[in-house]
Amino acid sequence: MFKKRGRGDADIPMSSLADIAFLLLVFFLVVTTIDVDTGIGLVLPPIPDDTTPPPPVRERNLMNILVNAQGMVLINEQPAAIPTVRERVKAFIDNHGVDPDLSESPDDAIVSIKTDRRTPYNVYIDMLDEVMGAYEELRHQASMDRFGVPYSSLEQGSERRAEIQEMYPKKISIAEPDEG
Amino acid sequence: MSKFQKKQANTKQGVPTSAMPDVVFMLLIFFMVTTVLREVELQVQIDYAAAENIEKIEQKRLVSYVYIGPERLGGGRLGETRVQIDDALVDDINAIRNIMYDKLMEQPRLIVSLRVDRDSEFGIVTDVQQELRHAGTLRINYSTRRQV
Repeated sequence: MFKKRGRGDADIPMSSLADIAFLLLVFFLVVTTIDVDTGIGLVLPPIPDDTTPPPPVRERNLMNILVNAQGMVLINEQPAAIPTVRERVKAFIDNHGVDPDLSESPDDAIVSIKTDRRTPYNVYIDMLDEVMGAYEELRHQASMDRFGVPYSSLEQGSERRAEIQEMYPKKISIAEPDEG
Repeated sequence: MSKFQKKQANTKQGVPTSAMPDVVFMLLIFFMVTTVLREVELQVQIDYAAAENIEKIEQKRLVSYVYIGPERLGGGRLGETRVQIDDALVDDINAIRNIMYDKLMEQPRLIVSLRVDRDSEFGIVTDVQQELRHAGTLRINYSTRRQV
């Protein structure tokens, strides 16, 4: 009775779809910058106030690393090559009171880093990398001993990770710069 | 007349193109997701240092960048080492304190990422760090590439 009238084609032309998509693709390809968002994390010490004196630290619990203007690394005033820093730091932290010159426990051990105004930045980063590497290896070892899995496989914010971090806390201090 | 007729292959020639939009869209979506639009125009030259024991910054919205490197002059020449925050070069080092304090008020869990040219001297980094300490922004990160 009510015969449907024939309609025109209801299709959207699809042939240009690929062209549009390509255009957008090229735009995003051009503007993309794969950013470097990796780095060495550190927490700066707060500005000391005059009313509270700094907590006393025993000499043996402090490891002084100085990077001087010539790019030389000195550990407790003794020159040291950068590749040896990692072992020195590891021995210092993981001493558990055995050697009377090294730290009493990993919890007490503090690595203090001092620089000169003319220290080359890349030497500083290399040295810091070694110190971080020492902590990373100690944590890895502790994680293998305790849980049998590498430290890097422990999830961020998990209880196990926190436990390992508590065993070897990163106590890295940036020394006050010299005046002038 | 032509005795040597070309043999015609029976198979159809031509690449099927019907799936092309799908492929292109997939690539498009990938690049859209990974793209970070450049928000600052760098006025200093930065060549990152490399390190092995590095960590990724997961929460990008917490990060604020400080660029330190030789200033780019016209014609590929490089000038003095300068500090750049956001879009502007910082003339007065002591102004960093206020800039960073304001940022910290907006984002209490701020991480300052120091993007320093590898050939810089550490003195200027020390100055910036002292300012950051005064501002109370203590979490920092030295941007480095992964060592290969």
